[in-house]
Amino acid sequence: MSKSLAGAAVTQTVKVRRSTRSSYVGVAVFAIAIAALAIGPFAFLTKGNQQNLVTLFTYIILGTMWNLLAGYGGMVSIGQQAFIGIGAYGIVYAADNLGVGPIIAVPIAMVISGAIAYLVSFLAFRLSGGYFAIGTWVIAEVIKLVTTQITALGAGSGISLTAFAGAKPEIRIATVYWMALASVVVAVLVTYLLIRSRLGAGFTALRDDPTAAATLGVHVTRSKRVIWVAAAMGCGLAGALLAANTLRVQPDSVYSVQLTAAMIFIVVIGGIGTIEGPIVGAIVYFALEQYLSDLGAWYLVILGSVAIIMVLFLPQGLWGLLSGKGRIQLFPTGYRLISGPPIAEGSKES
Amino acid sequence: MEWANAIVQGVLLGGLYALLAAGLSLMFGVMRLVNLAHGALAIVAAYAGLVLVQKTGMPPFASIVIVVPLMAILGWVLQRTLLNTALNRQALAPILVTFGLAVIIQNLLLELFTADNQSIDVGSLASSSIQITPDIAIGVFPLITFIVGVLVIGLLQQYLARTATGRAMRATSDDREAAELMGIDNKYVYSLATAISLGLVGIAGVFLGIRTQFNPTFGDATLIFAFEAVIIGGLGSLWGTLAGGMILGIAQTVGAQAFPSSGVLLGHVVFLLVLAFRPTGLFPKVVNG
Repeated sequence: MSKSLAGAAVTQTVKVRRSTRSSYVGVAVFAIAIAALAIGPFAFLTKGNQQNLVTLFTYIILGTMWNLLAGYGGMVSIGQQAFIGIGAYGIVYAADNLGVGPIIAVPIAMVISGAIAYLVSFLAFRLSGGYFAIGTWVIAEVIKLVTTQITALGAGSGISLTAFAGAKPEIRIATVYWMALASVVVAVLVTYLLIRSRLGAGFTALRDDPTAAATLGVHVTRSKRVIWVAAAMGCGLAGALLAANTLRVQPDSVYSVQLTAAMIFIVVIGGIGTIEGPIVGAIVYFALEQYLSDLGAWYLVILGSVAIIMVLFLPQGLWGLLSGKGRIQLFPTGYRLISGPPIAEGSKES
Repeated sequence: MEWANAIVQGVLLGGLYALLAAGLSLMFGVMRLVNLAHGALAIVAAYAGLVLVQKTGMPPFASIVIVVPLMAILGWVLQRTLLNTALNRQALAPILVTFGLAVIIQNLLLELFTADNQSIDVGSLASSSIQITPDIAIGVFPLITFIVGVLVIGLLQQYLARTATGRAMRATSDDREAAELMGIDNKYVYSLATAISLGLVGIAGVFLGIRTQFNPTFGDATLIFAFEAVIIGGLGSLWGTLAGGMILGIAQTVGAQAFPSSGVLLGHVVFLLVLAFRPTGLFPKVVNG
């Protein structure tokens, strides 16, 4: 870029950057937090704390996945409980029936979730918008009803995870805790890298205007399918962690639409379309649940009302408020132009 | 012949599903809004009927005369406040807002009426039936539901085809901007569509409350069945929606006849088969009105 300034030709140097000062701070803060959480079981976390944190980590994964679908893929699903349930049943089946041990069982559960999501996408993608939302819900109901027909999976009454039997409770709880901590780090990082990639730029274009994105060469259906399968694998991961944390899988709870409702609340409260939003949302949701669940059904009435108000009047969510309309980015996904010092023409070779 | 009986029961059940589906379809047609609170609102109507019958002792069918206008007013107010605001926001807002609304309604009903199953008592009418052949008996109440369903859909079809406001609704459905340029007030048309939709939900909700035991969580299944009837029938066609409701009803009753605990599952399977092989539905709109 060159411009004339007081008669002398001046070249403005421009650099393209992704990272910001806040993102360096963010990386540092997250690294310290993760390190502290990792040594927690040796130092300051009780067994109860660890089990609660597994729940929080699960919420972060679930929020991140729903945000990937809706915030980047433009797909509102009310059927993600299907993949949570498959993940929960998957870890029990792989760990107990195939005998691979609980840690190896987690990726197996994820692969099963992803494979079923891939197959199901050919049906679900025939619908769009609100009908897609209900269609995914129907598919989740079908998967639940089919699961309850399978006697090997405990039919209507569910199954217990027995692979940890014999392990001392503190060892088991700490193992699940570290699995969950590693999972949440991997899930958020993979989502972040996916969004930052060339594919991710396509997703964003797709969400904002599918027709324009298609004209520019984005493979619309293929991109949506990548997001759909990735989000299902993440939900399967969360389901496997829930099963490992509670040792019990019941069809009515792991396939409950309430889980997807929780994902929606987390994303709407935290802020849709950012990596940070669902993390903030999950922490807020987790805290609200701890303090307000005594209110019974009123709790969900309040949560639903808050969600509607946020959607209508604060669509950027809490993270949008905290970050000052996106000026602070811990996980920058876009590109920024940084103007360097102007250089007088001729003073620079080439 | 128990199979023939199951088919007849399914057809009659289809009338109820069509009533539920017609409202969902109308709102989507006019403003491209999928109301995820549709099922929860049907349960509101069922409870409204229940309360009226229990508190005033009025006959259940008379309660419809009060429930329908109340639901229509609720629809009008919802559209003027929440839904119009949501339609003006980002693309995902209407889905998220109506989903939030469904959660709120369901949990308010839980607080007010507990999770116990209830139903609206119609006395001997619930069990009376007409014997057609030695094996086929048609329940009087399901038959009334079916006839009401067909009549209401017929009236709605005539309304959309022949009246000025009906034409305005179809015009808005086809091209919102052009309709606005022709002097049609979109907000008025939207409010009217939602009022009619919830009026239909009012009728359907009271019938549902008489037909089966219900509780606050029943809205989920109600929404899903209405949606399946719409998709099986094909978007944009009211008679298609009636046919879709009947096909879903038959799939459920025949399915339950074959596998007693899997009637609902077989209904879903038929829906998925239609989605797989005829994604535009079995009776898609050919000519509007």
